[in-house]
Amino acid sequence: MKTAAVATIAATACGSLACSCSSKKAPAGDKVKLLSPDGEIVEIDSSYLNHQEHMAIVSKLEAREGIAGKKFVMVVDLARCKNARKCITACQKWHYRPEETEWLTVKLIKDSEKAAPYWFPKQCFHCDNPPCVKVCPVDATYKRQDGLVLIDNDRCIGCKFCMAACPYSTRVFNWDEPEVPFDIKDLAYNPETGIPAKVGTVEKCDFCPDRAREGLLPPCVESCPNGVFYFGDENEDTVTNGEETISFTQLIKDRAGYRYMEELGTKPRVYYLPPKDRQFPVERGYDDLEPKIKDRFKDIMEPEKKKS
Amino acid sequence: MELNSYQQQAFDYQRPNIEKFTKRNWFWIIFYLLWIVAGGYALYLQIAKGHGVTGMRDNVVWGLFIVNFIFFIGLSYAGAIIAGLLHLFKVPWGKPIVRIAQMMTIISVIVGPIFILLCVGRFDRLHHLFFYPRIQSPMTWDVMAVVTFFVGAVLFFYMAIIKDLAVYRDAKLKIPKWRQKIYNILALGYRGAASQKRHLLISQNLLAIIMIPLSIIVASILSWIFGMTLRPGWHSTIFGPYFVVGALYSGCGVLIVAMWFYRRMYKLDKYFTDRHFVYLGYIMLALAAGYGYFTFSEYFTHWFGSEKWDSELIHKLFSPGEYGWWTLFANLFGILLPILIVAIPATRKANWITAVAFIMVIAMWVKRYLIIVPTLETTLVPMQDTRAEYVKYTATWPEWVLTGAGIASFLLFFTLVSKYVTVVPVSGLEEAEPHFTHHPHHQPAVKKEEVKPA
Repeated sequence: MKTAAVATIAATACGSLACSCSSKKAPAGDKVKLLSPDGEIVEIDSSYLNHQEHMAIVSKLEAREGIAGKKFVMVVDLARCKNARKCITACQKWHYRPEETEWLTVKLIKDSEKAAPYWFPKQCFHCDNPPCVKVCPVDATYKRQDGLVLIDNDRCIGCKFCMAACPYSTRVFNWDEPEVPFDIKDLAYNPETGIPAKVGTVEKCDFCPDRAREGLLPPCVESCPNGVFYFGDENEDTVTNGEETISFTQLIKDRAGYRYMEELGTKPRVYYLPPKDRQFPVERGYDDLEPKIKDRFKDIMEPEKKKS
Repeated sequence: MELNSYQQQAFDYQRPNIEKFTKRNWFWIIFYLLWIVAGGYALYLQIAKGHGVTGMRDNVVWGLFIVNFIFFIGLSYAGAIIAGLLHLFKVPWGKPIVRIAQMMTIISVIVGPIFILLCVGRFDRLHHLFFYPRIQSPMTWDVMAVVTFFVGAVLFFYMAIIKDLAVYRDAKLKIPKWRQKIYNILALGYRGAASQKRHLLISQNLLAIIMIPLSIIVASILSWIFGMTLRPGWHSTIFGPYFVVGALYSGCGVLIVAMWFYRRMYKLDKYFTDRHFVYLGYIMLALAAGYGYFTFSEYFTHWFGSEKWDSELIHKLFSPGEYGWWTLFANLFGILLPILIVAIPATRKANWITAVAFIMVIAMWVKRYLIIVPTLETTLVPMQDTRAEYVKYTATWPEWVLTGAGIASFLLFFTLVSKYVTVVPVSGLEEAEPHFTHHPHHQPAVKKEEVKPA
């Protein structure tokens, strides 16, 4: 009962502070009025308040509906990516995922023998015709009205059909009991936050809807030093990489944006801008990698070594 | 229940089999149970430690368990189709073997689904399949299909043994009271009255008419779990019929092998004659040709069309460094050899046919592996993973032990069922025999003096 009460206060606090959530903690001494579970207004010193990240703002039912009026979209500028891998670390940190679990990966794509290789960040495409959602037998993974494809890991039975069905190999499975850090252990699970992870269930990139509700960009977008990722709302026709905010249609038009493997008919919500007039030579993302990561791209970057 | 003399003879001959367990029976039962206990330990590990103890990883998300599932459930569908056809067309020589086909149906439909449960990450949430079913998912179709088929198979089997149960009930078998009681209840008061006969026959006809298309539907649905995805090698329009023929083919092989073992174990040479092996051999040959045709059609179109991922898959399947030898084995021993052995008169003998059927069944298991694993190893987006176990699937010992436990429980059921019902159905034998002897161009199945016309 007590934990429930605290949770409610925290949730209310979070709700009432939603607009200023990103601001730093108020100095001690300030009083904050909060609604207690009994319906009373209580006044607490703000130093007792802790903005709890990953605290689900919405119910699980609302997490199935999506954010009204939104249609999330992402644009990835391949001309700017140099495989800095800051997006991956930020994503893993935010979602408390271990190093080897990459919801967001960077591939090195070389389309044909003579083609030039380019770095290719890949997250979930949140397809409008999602093969994964179509095959889920228990409605654990679902498509929302705001375009997101999420997973309810309380519902998931771990049949892995969605993983077999996803042509982009986006999804990862918790094969063993995941290590859940202490500070998120007791958090109530919500498909919008995606934590804590559960053994025997599927998970993947979720476009961070909990952050979107607070008006924040996903960590991958924020952390990219080169502004590769543009995130935004198709209905507003606006995308931003944190530095510049531009028209989505204009960006796609000017830079000949396309969707990856359009021929599969999955209708992804992620668009790519072709790697034309690149800002960095491809080697910039390769030479300084730690050996373990470097090995992934060796076949493409050093094909002569492979042969010998 | 009244039996004619031929039926009585068949019953008396098999009577000891259902009256007592021999030492040899016990030996094998304990042997199978030990395997199952080992499987239980592997399962415990998998539940306690998670699916990390298997060789499955994010790319190859399905492995031996799904292969076994396809294999066993296929046998079940085959058993139902074979038993249904033998019944509906009143195939005279089919009478003695229809029981084995029925047994195969019901045993495989129990063993098969266990494997898909092993593959599910959250055992504890299986009820979600019924609480939150999503009708769009081929997996939901399969759940409905398997459940429907299970009910149908149980009824089909039950209908087919009612007459025999009445025989056992009336025979004053030397068996414990509880078994007597069970025969008594399950025989449903069948006395062989004309109306009872008619009702039973109508029910059996109806069930056979339902079970044959149902088997084809459920086998196709199974194939659609793979066919409906966008993966190379799976996303194919012929997958439905391919799986149906594959199921029938391997089912025919298991039927031949089971017949051979029962014949040896219970000395049933009189009922499972060489002619049965030859006839089933012919069916096996036809199915081998059909399966070979499908396989060729699949590989040929993928190779000729040479789309990027199809080519990658074909390359994997045919290069000796990867699955080349297995592909060769599956097609040589799974398709070509059975055709040759049955086609050549010199080898068209019970032992030869059984041996080749046995090898073919193994090859067909390998073929299922080749359908599942190489495709999952062929991702559309390059893997670029340095973790070897994520790139290539290698089954771990818990998976093998659980596979062994599955086979052991399959054999255990075959042993046990044969101790409670006769392997050769006694009450169904009457119509079959005259045809055998009277057909001018047929050799008598058994020596003339042993056959007493009804």
